[in-house]
Amino acid sequence: MILARYHCKLSADTAIKDPNPEKERILGEMTDLNQKFDVLVIGGGNAALCAAISARLEGASVLVLERAKKFYRGGNTRHTRNMRCAHDEATDTLTGPYPEDELFEDLLRVTEGETDEELARHMIHESKDMLNWIVEQGVKFQPPLGGTLGLGRTNSFFLGGGRAMLNALYNTADRIGVTVQYEAEVTALDIQDGMFVSATARIDGKDLNIRAGALVAAAGGFESNIDWLEEYWGEAARNFLIRGTANNQGSVLKMLLDAGVQQIGDPTQCHAVAIDARAPKYDGGIITRLDCVVFGIVVNKHAKRFYDEGEDIWPKRYAIWGRLVAQQPDQIAYIVFDHSVLTKFMPSLFPPIKADTITELAEKLQIPATSLDETVADFNAAVIDGTFDHTVLDDCRTEGLDPPKTHWAQRLETPPFYAYPVRPGITFTYLGTRVNKEARIQMADGKPAANMFAAGEIMSGNVLGKGYAAGIGMTIGSVFGRIAGREAAHNARN
Amino acid sequence: MPATERTEVFDPLAKPKKAGLGDIPKGSDALTEVGRLMTVCNSCRYCEGLCAVFPAMIARRDFPDGDLNYLANLCHNCGACFYDCQFSPPHEFNVNVPKAMSRARAESYQAYAWPRIFSGLFARNGLAISVIAALSVAGFIAGFAAWNDPTILYGTHTGPGAFYKLMPHNAMVALFGAVFLYAILASIMGARLFWRDIGEPAVTLTQTNPLWQAMKDAGKLRYLDGGGADCQADENDTPDHRRFYHHCTFYGFMLCLAATSVATLYHYLLGREAPYPWYDLPVVLGTIGGIGLLIGPVGLLRAKFVRDPDMLDKDRFGMDVAFLAMLFFTSLTGLALLVLRETPAMGLLLALHLGVVFGLFFTMPYGKFVHGIYRYMALVRYAKESYRP
Ligand SMILES: Cc1cc2nc3c(=O)[nH]c(=O)nc-3n(C[C@H](O)[C@H](O)[C@H](O)COP(=O)(O)OP(=O)(O)OC[C@H]3O[C@@H](n4cnc5c(N)ncnc54)[C@H](O)[C@@H]3O)c2cc1C
Ligand code: SF4
Ligand code: SF4
Repeated sequence: MILARYHCKLSADTAIKDPNPEKERILGEMTDLNQKFDVLVIGGGNAALCAAISARLEGASVLVLERAKKFYRGGNTRHTRNMRCAHDEATDTLTGPYPEDELFEDLLRVTEGETDEELARHMIHESKDMLNWIVEQGVKFQPPLGGTLGLGRTNSFFLGGGRAMLNALYNTADRIGVTVQYEAEVTALDIQDGMFVSATARIDGKDLNIRAGALVAAAGGFESNIDWLEEYWGEAARNFLIRGTANNQGSVLKMLLDAGVQQIGDPTQCHAVAIDARAPKYDGGIITRLDCVVFGIVVNKHAKRFYDEGEDIWPKRYAIWGRLVAQQPDQIAYIVFDHSVLTKFMPSLFPPIKADTITELAEKLQIPATSLDETVADFNAAVIDGTFDHTVLDDCRTEGLDPPKTHWAQRLETPPFYAYPVRPGITFTYLGTRVNKEARIQMADGKPAANMFAAGEIMSGNVLGKGYAAGIGMTIGSVFGRIAGREAAHNARN
Repeated sequence: MPATERTEVFDPLAKPKKAGLGDIPKGSDALTEVGRLMTVCNSCRYCEGLCAVFPAMIARRDFPDGDLNYLANLCHNCGACFYDCQFSPPHEFNVNVPKAMSRARAESYQAYAWPRIFSGLFARNGLAISVIAALSVAGFIAGFAAWNDPTILYGTHTGPGAFYKLMPHNAMVALFGAVFLYAILASIMGARLFWRDIGEPAVTLTQTNPLWQAMKDAGKLRYLDGGGADCQADENDTPDHRRFYHHCTFYGFMLCLAATSVATLYHYLLGREAPYPWYDLPVVLGTIGGIGLLIGPVGLLRAKFVRDPDMLDKDRFGMDVAFLAMLFFTSLTGLALLVLRETPAMGLLLALHLGVVFGLFFTMPYGKFVHGIYRYMALVRYAKESYRP
């Protein structure tokens, strides 16, 4: 508690004269970490904080070890915007009811049945009260506004986004006496026969042995670990961009699996979208996304089209384009469109590359000009006129083209012409640890772990075998985080 | 190859030096940065629920300078979007909306200053205003001393008309009426320039709906609370109570103006001369207002010091401090005059008070005071834009 207060004070007078305040802070805390905590939470995102708060509210002493610096605390949670919880009525911030069954149906549809029904239903049931509980922890929601992507009924939007949500959770954790240690990477776990004994954390260059009565693993997936991704994707993984934190290396997941924890989820599965190729390698977040695929054509580095850009409405196809681009040579593609649609989609972070002719555009993109000319000419010739409406499956399509564009096909003929270069942007991975309804980790031999729990992305594969429904990641983290914290507290004290 | 022949090879995958459309030339560095940030934020929009700035931004795709000045003046500098932003520094996108807005705002004050030759007063504003205030105080002391014999200046005067022994009422009215009218004229001229710059037609100012809505929004400081979190001094949500102190300051100021207006009416309509007894309306209004003007500026000043330095625009610090100090001293000298008006100190205190008030009015169009005008007008435009019958 004292430690957490100290952080609070630090930021209140940020006008610190000391050129290296971090150092002092870290050393100042060393001694306290030697005590045995009831619950150790590894991670610093939504799942971790919900677990920490929930455990503390049950009376446990709680230590949170977060690998990131304070600013980057909460890995991918920082980048989120909403969560999907069931509710029976419209509220100030939700436009209508979203019954448990409907949420379950949605989950079944996106995962194509690859979900643990019992766990999923349990989570959905618990998600209802989450809307109250998380507000009690200080999180604020905003009413549905213009930019809420038509999810105003099903999804609750955080006022100010994920970082605001995290700030609220950290404040609450601080207030109720959770100890938080930043820049503390867990590098090893001592697990004996399914029983957590201690963790090794690297803090200020030293390895510390941390003991606790129970463990909550909430350290995210392994999406930032390019080497690990390479095991499944080969060299292509080198060209992936990671939309969130660089800290989710999956190290804790690996330690658990190595210690005999049962694995769940397809390791090759990940949520990946096509993002602006000019985005930073890590942490580009939401703003590098591009929503214009349906308005144009997408070509690879040989200036050839490779997939139906108008297969289905964009929110349903958003998440296939990462994989599609990953399969193209050099993992690069270009969304090409003309002036007539320039203002039809969300404005982009980086301006599109612009040229007066298709040939000039190809030159700028450094892709074969004759080839692009030909692709565009073939496409234009194949377009059947219809009534354009991007909100429904309209009748603008191509005929006799391979691959076809089955909706929203419009000729590229109004200069200037534009293009966005895109690369696969990995959001998160699905491989995780198996848990039961108590969020208790299951061992490979089928037995429940003695004192180990998991929440969030590290176990999302239990309910999300594949596919994705916007906002479900945060629901998984909050619901299982709260359960894991509560159960870990009980476990540690019995 | 000689340097002149080298042509820049376009790299389609090169990461732009700055996220956002930083390369579009704007009027100034400050505006360029606001333009860049609005481009970044418009591709994000997570902050749409926090205040008026983001919805106004979402309603646009391009940001000419006038619109950026509008948005900058619409920002209440509550700080919420800084702590809520996943891209604030040290992130390479370097998003610090409050600071950029604050810089652009300060530049806009300078650009709209009337007459133009005085726009320089905004640079090193703190110094400029203290010098002008000191000069006007000195002027009153010297004036009293020159026109009256010293026994009057240091004598004890009581009863109606006591003040006018030092300075004839008509002279006082002429002098303060002139400086007051001057402040109003200069403010109106500035407001005109602002309105033109943001490209809003004059007719908007005749529409009662937006005028009234903006009045309510400004009166409550609706957008100072970051969408319900109160303004934040830091990411721990520590409230700095700026709204309370701003209310003290603003309503304190209004009460003092009301006190002066009532006193003027007393003088001309009822023929009753100042000073008035403590229970009389002008004194009551002035005292309550004066207390507000002591507490408010101190609280606002304190808020500046506890505020996260990352968000402060240090160059404008002087301007903010100067205005707060002027308000504080106006009230302090006024209250001192009230308490000590029956002692020999009255003469000097009156000179001091009148000097500070004179300085306050004269410098008003060239300091932080103008934020109120442009903020209100920006709110009017916003109310019009977002009006749904
Ligand atoms: C751009 C973007 C937008 C998204 N938007 C949404 C959305 O709107 N709604 C939604 O539901 N989901 C969204 N998601 C998915 C969502 O971010 C995740 O599902 C969710 O944040 C997972 O929470 P978590 O707590 O499990 O993991 P994280 O929030 O990623 O936290 C994991 C934490 O573990 C720490 N850690 C990792 N390794 C170690 C170690 N060895 N030692 C100590 N600490 C360690 C990390 O530093 C990190 O803080 C989005 C993801 C991205 C990238
Ligand atoms: S301030 Fe940051 S979080 Fe808010 S809209 Fe802008 S980029 Fe998004
Ligand atoms: S008013 Fe507050 S939330 Fe809005 S732009 Fe200004 S600082 Fe950001």
